[in-house]
Amino acid sequence: MIAARPGLVRQIVAVIHKDLLVEWRGQARLLAMGTYAVTLLLLFSFAVGPDTKTLQQHAAGYVWLALLSASTMTLTQSFRVETEAGALEALLMLPVDHRAIYFGKALANTALLVVLACLVMPVAAILFDLSAAEGLYWLLPPIVLGAAGLAGPGTLYAALTARVAAQQLMLPLLLFPLIVPALVAAVKSTSLVLQGDPMGQMSSWLIVLASFDLIFWSLSGLLFAKVVEE
Amino acid sequence: MEPPAVETSALGRRYGRRWALARVNLQVARGERLLIAGANGSGKSTLLRVLASLLAPSIGSARVFGHDVATEAGAVRERVALLTYTPGVYEDLSARENLRAQLRLLGRDDAPEALLERVGLELRDDPVRGYSAGMRKRLSFARLLMQRPGLALLDEPYGQLDPEGFKMVDGLVAELSQAGATVIMASHMVERAGALCDRGVLIDQGQVRWEGPGPQTARAWDAAHGGGR
Repeated sequence: MIAARPGLVRQIVAVIHKDLLVEWRGQARLLAMGTYAVTLLLLFSFAVGPDTKTLQQHAAGYVWLALLSASTMTLTQSFRVETEAGALEALLMLPVDHRAIYFGKALANTALLVVLACLVMPVAAILFDLSAAEGLYWLLPPIVLGAAGLAGPGTLYAALTARVAAQQLMLPLLLFPLIVPALVAAVKSTSLVLQGDPMGQMSSWLIVLASFDLIFWSLSGLLFAKVVEE
Repeated sequence: MEPPAVETSALGRRYGRRWALARVNLQVARGERLLIAGANGSGKSTLLRVLASLLAPSIGSARVFGHDVATEAGAVRERVALLTYTPGVYEDLSARENLRAQLRLLGRDDAPEALLERVGLELRDDPVRGYSAGMRKRLSFARLLMQRPGLALLDEPYGQLDPEGFKMVDGLVAELSQAGATVIMASHMVERAGALCDRGVLIDQGQVRWEGPGPQTARAWDAAHGGGR
């Protein structure tokens, strides 16, 4: 009766496939998150007023704050679909490695945040008049590493708060203080792409981001089983 | 000698100050069909969840095919499937997609159609969100069969089903048994489930109060509860 178990990587791929399929089926949610992030950018630009220089100077910060706020919706949602009909319990009952569940979900959340960032960036470019910025493809490393910085610990905390009634409140309360180093590094490295990097600081900030990701993905991968069991 | 399918020793489980299970000693042979009967809140579901390794015992021990549920949960889950009152599926996916996703996690690529056919589930490509409670239950059964369990734990298998569904459950329990699986079911349909089972136990306030042949469980229930079934 016992079949050979697929390896960790195949299990991770299966979890990613499942999570992205669930998100794809609930496209209205994705659209809502994108609209929410864009609305926040609009509000930032209205709050600052028609001061193009200030808007350009702080554009990276506005973009990452919008992504951070929208990320709590993505992360909450990723576990709401698991708990609403007992799917997480059924998943745990399968002989699946808990690390595969964590890394699969964290990678799927990272992918969703990268997609969200790719939707938000062109809007930010128009709102904050970033047309003078060059080499925008260099935005990809800070976006990917920054999204991973939010999704790594965020997935663990979303699991931790999944059974809490006030999850939407608890998740940011727990997550935001933790991800301050990742947020600062993501904002700085994004800003260096948009504003120019005469001192060559970009690689240092990317190393900070990558180190944060490495530490928190490893820790979260280890702790996930304790969080979801019982 | 092979260990029994289930063996519990002075098993207890506490929620806060309340003991949901207290000193339960139970042995279930491989291939046996056991009915657990009891009133609401008597500890039936807790017992099944402990055996499924989803809840750790507060005291005592439980072993499934020789594996301790608290320390060898992975080995237990290789052999056990649990049917609960929640369907354990993704609401936005269809029945077919739900089963495919779980088969992929098990490293299998067999088509789910035969399973859906077996449980009589139509509307296989519609999102589960639109399913009735009975259809969700049928999908839960398909999920359970997909796991090809050595031990099937069925919590209220007849719940939410129509009379045709009752017959389907009877047939599936017989099939699981023929395939060599051990079946433990908790049900309020004591007469029907008892007739299917080799043995029955009555649980009250977390303790086993009666144990005997399956078909006699209904009579024991009537004696204990004044016929209120």
